[in-house]
Amino acid sequence: MLDLSVITHNFKFLIVQGFLGIGNFGGGTLRLAIPAIALGFALGIVVALARLANAAWIRVPAVVYVEFFRGVPLVMVIFWFWFIIPQLLGLPLPEYGIALTAFVLFEAAYFGEIVRAGVQSVPRGQVEAARALGLSGVKSMRYVVLPQALRNMIPSLVTQMIVLFKDTSLASIIGYVDLTKAAQIVNNREIRPFELYLFIAVVYWICTYSMSRMARRLERRPTPA
Amino acid sequence: MSYQLKWSVLWSGQSGHWLLQGLLTTLQISALAWVLAVALGILSGALRTVPFKPLRAAAVFYVEFFRNVPLLVWMFFWYFGVPPLLPRPVQDWLFDHSAEFWAGMFALGVYHGARMSEVIRSGIQSIPRTQFEASVAMGLSVWQSYRLVILPVALRLIVPPLTNDSLNLLKNSSVALTISVAELTFQTRQIETYTARAFEALTAGTLIYLVLCVGIAGVMSVVERRYAIPGLIARVGGPGGHARP
Repeated sequence: MLDLSVITHNFKFLIVQGFLGIGNFGGGTLRLAIPAIALGFALGIVVALARLANAAWIRVPAVVYVEFFRGVPLVMVIFWFWFIIPQLLGLPLPEYGIALTAFVLFEAAYFGEIVRAGVQSVPRGQVEAARALGLSGVKSMRYVVLPQALRNMIPSLVTQMIVLFKDTSLASIIGYVDLTKAAQIVNNREIRPFELYLFIAVVYWICTYSMSRMARRLERRPTPA
Repeated sequence: MSYQLKWSVLWSGQSGHWLLQGLLTTLQISALAWVLAVALGILSGALRTVPFKPLRAAAVFYVEFFRNVPLLVWMFFWYFGVPPLLPRPVQDWLFDHSAEFWAGMFALGVYHGARMSEVIRSGIQSIPRTQFEASVAMGLSVWQSYRLVILPVALRLIVPPLTNDSLNLLKNSSVALTISVAELTFQTRQIETYTARAFEALTAGTLIYLVLCVGIAGVMSVVERRYAIPGLIARVGGPGGHARP
């Protein structure tokens, strides 16, 4: 009943094209997920620092940004960028650019909240001690607060990375050829949906589960005094 | 930018009707999936504590496998993969009774059940066992100590993360458009297709989602503050919790 030959015959297309993004379509789950995670996290730090700023003209836009993206489904955001980027630029952008922009801006709101909670979890005395030692505001953030905050946020940070990794499957709805789209393409030809979708579920699971195992190991590592 | 805004497309023709239909479908699929998710969350959470290893393993497998795979893949799996394996009469019944809605509802509920399970479990685990022991020692029955001591605290701990994940469920219901459930995002796209007015259609859909999410979060944060026990739960808008102004 379960016919696994459909997997073995199309293994190369599913993994090399769909998952890694090497091939004619130029898609790829990893090629989208890795830059999206890195850039989303970087922008998230900026958003978090803006939210914690004293000046209202910096803080308020950051709050609006976070609340907006957290109140709207990602699918909707992807459609927004799909429509609005070509309008703004006046030229069509490949799906890769649209998907990456949507993911980075959307996930930055979530990463921002995690970074903010991490920064707020560092005791106030640490900042005061750093300032008393003569470090500037920027330097005490850079050398004292952020390193400690980053360690505190590892669990929620990895959870969010896993969420983002799974979310990249939604890029397939605008035609980006990731693992999910590759399975759809193969399924249109072979009509073996049960085997194909179960197979990509297992591929996704192996990635996300190893990410969460790695996070657990990082957490257990004793923190340097 | 040469784009001319024309908001009237939202109430002329069928657009308004479509938006309303979409909103109703979104609420329906989310509500049903929510009930399924909470039931599965409680069940798998309880099964993880029973003294019988195969059941525990099954519950762990459910939680770890289902929440670590994209919802979109589950949508395709339950809609395209599973029905052909069902007996013929069940298939016929399903395809006569909007199979995409039930597959989408099931995918959403089963996926979020695995996530709710973790929320519920961590809420119950965060109550020290001594609370229970103390209340039994004071002469309360098991039922009384659950009702008067454990649950009042556990529910207060669970409500914020549960609200957060319920809102995620509501937003994730938009993924059901990929299997052509006519929910809000689907209808937004339909208006765009018929009127070629993407900006207006997307604005309308986005605003409805925003009002729903911000509204529910606001109501729940009032509830949370109203029933807070002073000094018991010091909550500093932690990760995952909804942001507080």
